[in-house]
Amino acid sequence: MNDLVTNFPLAQLLWWLFAALAVGGALGTITRRNPVASLLFLVLTFFSLAAIYVLLGAHFIAAVQVIVYAGAILVLFLFVIMLLNLGHDYASDLRGGLWIVAAFGAAGLIGFAIWRAFRTTNAVLETGAGVHLDAQVDTLNAVGAIAQPLFQRFLVPFELTSILLLIAIIGAVLLAKRRV
Amino acid sequence: MNTLPQLDPARLSLGLAALLFAIGVAGVLFRRNAIVLFMCIELMLNAVNLAFVALSRSIDISGQVFVFFVMTVAAAEAAVGLALVIAIFRHAETVDMKHFTLLRW
Repeated sequence: MNDLVTNFPLAQLLWWLFAALAVGGALGTITRRNPVASLLFLVLTFFSLAAIYVLLGAHFIAAVQVIVYAGAILVLFLFVIMLLNLGHDYASDLRGGLWIVAAFGAAGLIGFAIWRAFRTTNAVLETGAGVHLDAQVDTLNAVGAIAQPLFQRFLVPFELTSILLLIAIIGAVLLAKRRV
Repeated sequence: MNTLPQLDPARLSLGLAALLFAIGVAGVLFRRNAIVLFMCIELMLNAVNLAFVALSRSIDISGQVFVFFVMTVAAAEAAVGLALVIAIFRHAETVDMKHFTLLRW
């Protein structure tokens, strides 16, 4: 069905490598006590996800992932951690025994439910529309293939997004101001 | 073409998305640092993005447009959420969730 990854064993190997890095980074994020270390593990996860997007043929999304997520949102997190001076006093913020059992129980259940739900999509995955998508990307190139639905079918949501960002800017400034 | 159906990367990516989402849920439940909680929420959003991209291969490219929207909402959420964390820190001198009990039943 897919061009790049199914035909080249190397690409499949890369998929497993980046998947392992993503999971390792995610586990590091939730287990490191130091918030800065947590954040750097999260950066690792996001870069690995960008690589997986490339392997799945979503080049534009991969670039946006690196620029917006790893580049902007996580730097914002880092600024706040350093602004609040949380980098050194990392007393244990893990919850106690029962919470950990409950957390892994709930996470296991949710993960299993999602995985089961995705298994039922196998019939959809076998339709092979990915070939069509690759043709679209070939003619319109990576940005154009997304821009076309974004500015036609999803024009109203796209404009609403700008209002959302405006509200977020005003809200963030208002909340972070010392006195109103 | 489907010689290795179990190793199809789109399908594997769906499993990876479920795993990352579950790790994010576990993190939200057993950490108390408010900033780390936000990071776990970002992790869950990314897991959803991965599922969108994996499914966009076989259904429609609008999955990737949704990823675009999710990223915008995540940016807005991070900006407002971190501003809230700063406001709370100024008030309580901590970001540990165990001290935020004002609205707790």
